[in-house]
Amino acid sequence: MALRLATRRLAPLTLRRGMATTIESGKDSIPAASPITTPNRSPVSESKTSTIEDPQAGTDAKIKKFQVYRWNPDEPTSKPKMQTYTLDLNKTGPMMLDALIRIKNEVDPTLTFRRSCREGICGSCAMNIDGINTLACLCRIPTDTSKESRIYPLPHTYVVKDLVPDLTHFYKQYKSIKPYLQRDTPPPDGRENRQSKADRAKLDGLYECILCACCSTSCPSYWWNSEEYLGPAVLLQSYRWIADSRDEKTEQRKDALNNSMALYRCHTILNCSRTCPKGLNPALAIAEIKKSMAFT
Amino acid sequence: MLAQRVIHQSLRRVTASQQAFKFASPAAIATGLAFRTQRRTATATTISESSEHTKILAQQRLNRPVSPHLGIYQWQVTWIPSIMNRITGCTLSGAFYLFGTAYLIAPYAGWHLESASMAAAFAAWPFALQFATKLFFALPFTFHSLNGLRHLAWDTASMMTNPKVNSTGWVVIGASVVSAIGLALL
Repeated sequence: MALRLATRRLAPLTLRRGMATTIESGKDSIPAASPITTPNRSPVSESKTSTIEDPQAGTDAKIKKFQVYRWNPDEPTSKPKMQTYTLDLNKTGPMMLDALIRIKNEVDPTLTFRRSCREGICGSCAMNIDGINTLACLCRIPTDTSKESRIYPLPHTYVVKDLVPDLTHFYKQYKSIKPYLQRDTPPPDGRENRQSKADRAKLDGLYECILCACCSTSCPSYWWNSEEYLGPAVLLQSYRWIADSRDEKTEQRKDALNNSMALYRCHTILNCSRTCPKGLNPALAIAEIKKSMAFT
Repeated sequence: MLAQRVIHQSLRRVTASQQAFKFASPAAIATGLAFRTQRRTATATTISESSEHTKILAQQRLNRPVSPHLGIYQWQVTWIPSIMNRITGCTLSGAFYLFGTAYLIAPYAGWHLESASMAAAFAAWPFALQFATKLFFALPFTFHSLNGLRHLAWDTASMMTNPKVNSTGWVVIGASVVSAIGLALL
């Protein structure tokens, strides 16, 4: 431990970052180098792409423009582009997801996005709408038709296709914090692990997280350090188990976060709490972890 | 400091796991060897690469673009002041180190950076230039100091709700501009 600490302090930055890595790189790790194009490709602007009009527009149509990020993995050399779609809002549901589903059903079946529950409980349709990460199913279409809406995938993620981000690494990080109850002793009554009402109340605002990754991908710190920094969503989940009175591995959980990267890359930017579509407060959970680690 | 941390870590490990403590030597505890089983071993989900479709997937992964981030994210009173806090901090400390170095080598280089000669030179400038120079240093100072108070409050896990972050953010921006202008007019 002493050696580890010493080398952590003295080692050059590149080495130090390597040591703080929480995820073991397996066979399925994503190669960093790209043989065809550089991974950071800014999209072709909407002014250089065609506009696809609403074929069902009525006579007194309320036409709104939607600019959607498109990228097709079957054309790997092509750049991502912003595709403009127009929709008659009178014939579209109230939510952004309704608009996307209508585009896919009636205008352009090649548009790809994730969706499932359409009521903000599955977290599939997380994307960046008009500059803010949110769930498309919980985001109303602004009725101001003079302004176009811009829809991007979650920021600074690898794009699988169109609005579908690759969240493999995010899920691996979630797995790395052991998101389950860890106990060595059997329950006192031999049947259930009981907890007081006050202890149960500590988990409110933590257990509701649906892991949509809106907060993590809104965090500039997570953009630049997602390999080692766990990000707000995973740290909120980590705190959910640290705060659980029934869990007996609290100190090990804290110990695992006690390095320069996993937790302390949080610089209290607070984009996470601001963007959470479920109204949770990941920043507060991270602050509570930091506080409990500082005063033990 | 280092020794203190080692002892602290060891104690925490010992209290956390009583069984392992019974059979482990103190050295093993200090180096963490006795607790190897409790280390985080984030086993990655293994995707079999034998079948044809995963080959296509692996091939596609090589070419994936990174989605846009800084350029498209809405300007908010959370992350803009945060990056400004860092920029103002670097400005202030950078200026401090630059001037400090210049002051050190001034006698050898023949520069006149003594307070009296600098004050005299500054007094000869036109008012607008004086005001702009003062504002250039006063604004980073006031913003960084006031925003630092927010960060101190957040470190105690208080004032951390969306409305409070919002309002204190705007208050800090307003107060730092007003007080910087006040300082520049002195």
